[in-house]
Amino acid sequence: MMESSRRNFLKIAGLSVLGIGSGAVVGSRARGASKAFSPNPEALTAKRWAMVVDLRAGCPDGCKECIEVCHRIHNVPKIDNPKEEVKWIWTDFYEHAFPGMESRYTEEFVEEALQGSPVILLCNHCDNPPCVRVCPTKATFRRKDGIVMMDYHRCIGCRFCMAGCPFGARSLNWTDPRRYLKPEEVTPDYPTRTRGVVEKCNFCAERLAVGKIPACVEICRKVAEKAGTEPVLHFGDVEDADSEVREMIRAHHTIRRKSHLGTMPQVYYIL
Amino acid sequence: MYDAGKVIVGLLVFLCLITFPVWYNVGSGKGDFKPDLQLGTQEKECVAPKLQIRASHMQLLDTWRDTVVREGPRLYRTWNGKTFEMSLTKTCLRCHSKKEKFCDECHSYAGVEPNCWNCHVIPKETQ
Amino acid sequence: MIEKALVGSRRYWGWVALLLVLMGIGFLFYLRQLSYGLGITGMSRDVSWGLYIAQFTFLVGVAASAVMLVLPYYLHNYKVFGRITILGEFLAVASVLMCLTFIIVDLGRPDRAFNVLLYPSPNSILFWDMIVLNGYLFLNILVGWTVLGAERKGVKPPKWVKPFIYISIPWAISIHTVTAFIYAGLPGRSFWLTAIMAPRFLSSAFASGPALLILACFILRKFTRFDPGREAIQTLAKIVTYAMAISIFFVLMELFTAFYSKVPEHVYHFKYLFVGLDGHTTLVPWWWAFMVLSVLSLILLFNPKTRNNDAILGVACAAVFISLWIEKGLGLVVTGFIPNPLDRVFEYSPTWPEVLITLGVWSMGFLVMTILYKVAVSVKEEGAGEAAH
Repeated sequence: MMESSRRNFLKIAGLSVLGIGSGAVVGSRARGASKAFSPNPEALTAKRWAMVVDLRAGCPDGCKECIEVCHRIHNVPKIDNPKEEVKWIWTDFYEHAFPGMESRYTEEFVEEALQGSPVILLCNHCDNPPCVRVCPTKATFRRKDGIVMMDYHRCIGCRFCMAGCPFGARSLNWTDPRRYLKPEEVTPDYPTRTRGVVEKCNFCAERLAVGKIPACVEICRKVAEKAGTEPVLHFGDVEDADSEVREMIRAHHTIRRKSHLGTMPQVYYIL
Repeated sequence: MYDAGKVIVGLLVFLCLITFPVWYNVGSGKGDFKPDLQLGTQEKECVAPKLQIRASHMQLLDTWRDTVVREGPRLYRTWNGKTFEMSLTKTCLRCHSKKEKFCDECHSYAGVEPNCWNCHVIPKETQ
Repeated sequence: MIEKALVGSRRYWGWVALLLVLMGIGFLFYLRQLSYGLGITGMSRDVSWGLYIAQFTFLVGVAASAVMLVLPYYLHNYKVFGRITILGEFLAVASVLMCLTFIIVDLGRPDRAFNVLLYPSPNSILFWDMIVLNGYLFLNILVGWTVLGAERKGVKPPKWVKPFIYISIPWAISIHTVTAFIYAGLPGRSFWLTAIMAPRFLSSAFASGPALLILACFILRKFTRFDPGREAIQTLAKIVTYAMAISIFFVLMELFTAFYSKVPEHVYHFKYLFVGLDGHTTLVPWWWAFMVLSVLSLILLFNPKTRNNDAILGVACAAVFISLWIEKGLGLVVTGFIPNPLDRVFEYSPTWPEVLITLGVWSMGFLVMTILYKVAVSVKEEGAGEAAH
């Protein structure tokens, strides 16, 4: 579908150039296509993006600012009704983040390690994502760099992906999200969504494309710096043996949410 | 043919009804209405030649959309070697800053309702 | 043949009018859902499928009414079913139409439904479900209409229709299997992650479809001159009996695996059904109603004395139908989401608009069934009339 529309467009482009007689020589269609589109030279790229959450660091403000920034720049509506809530990144307590791993004898350790702060949760950008497998329109798909993306133009709102996701990372827009966004608070450079489509964290694909790290990681660093603590969130190429995230995974025992389900989550937690 | 008279009268009434909008416009002096487009920019060149843009900007936007969302590249090189970010709001509307006098003017004339703006945010200076 | 549906008694027109009114009400509320969004329903971030998908799941089962007649009649030449096979096929047409409508009604963006065809995704079970359901609808319309048309003319059905009849048998198995796979292949939903999901769908389908068919036969026998035949109904009753027994047996298998293994994520969902979870008990009365009704129906069906009594058989079939509606509909779909993947309980109950839209779709299905049955019965009455002369 897409291929054909692109080809048509380039064909029309070639014809109209000739028609106008501007004298420009148009190359073969294939060459035209490969030339026409290119990534931003500043874009951050990776073989496999991943995140390490160092829970030992403990966020001084309980991850509030991080959630706030993510939801603001992505125009995620604030809906008080928990049934219709939309969330890309959120927190929950240890026993809900890692159900089945809690026990009354390990409680003390967890409490000591987390100092009462909840666990930050987001889409795991699984290597083997069930949401992608079940989507009937490829509206959700896995990019080569591992990011599990949503194409909001294509989603039909069947919610099969919400049933498929074992992490509760997906939200449907049960009504028009603009009802809950004040016009003055909308970030103009990022679209809102319409009613009836599913959405979730995209690892800030739009920021990576212009050379910026994900917003949550950036703000986490700032908050930690201000408070004189270590940042909780770390982001990088887990395929790169010298990357910070790989180094952390090498040095510590990390856990992943519901790793036994085989979805291969790429958000690693250090406790 | 049975009831030929009735059938012909019926057909005539039907024809009148479906062509009513045309007669109405002619009658009220709007017969030669043409959209009055205001570019809203001093820029002389678009991302493609004018005729091509006019005929197939929707395909261009669809291609941009799919390329950015699904494949990653964000930059577009035009036929004459200029590079633009593939963005409806950041590239198109930067020049065509009078959306109502440009996009909407022609779209309402042609009777099409693109749903871009259900999600994409019209920049403040454009509104 | 369709003209036969345009003449009827006042009772017939009254029934059609009632269905049209209910459809109209449902449609008005659906328009509201279209403009407001699915927020008009009781579904939520945590229970993201509700009444609509529950109806779809249950009605795929009801469509099995066709195969349970087609198979004995065409494959084993069981002549007794000759008179009512058409009724089974037409009931399947109405059920599958309802299934497809419920899927559309459940979409957040129905205007984009054709994306499923524009971007075919064979890795998605929903893609295959679309194919098998539409295929089954087509097969039953084609076969039913052609065979009935031949019967009206008093000739044998054309030969070309035979292959379609034979294909429709395995095709029927596929609609239940593929629909079960929608649920059984999801890693995070332990309530559905069971290899006997497809067998469970098949067994309950073979009970609920024929049960509704028996009830329909009783109604036709009362209000028309058409007689489905006592033996046909009794054979159907036996099919319902064993299918229901196997269906309940499968549910018990699930209970054993959950409660003996004691794996928490398998236990929680059933616990929610039986006694509630963390004080949340919305589905508990429904689940107990399922158990009482299913046991009652089995007692009435297995005992030949009660099964042979038409009035009691009617009660038993109603009990089968309602209990499986609870089990395959609410029980199976909603419970899969409770507790949610983060081990929290968010309950679901439908809203009034949701209920009325659901009722509207059911009315649409019953209207289609009524019209098709009217045609079929008129043709059969004609035939019987001629035979008598």
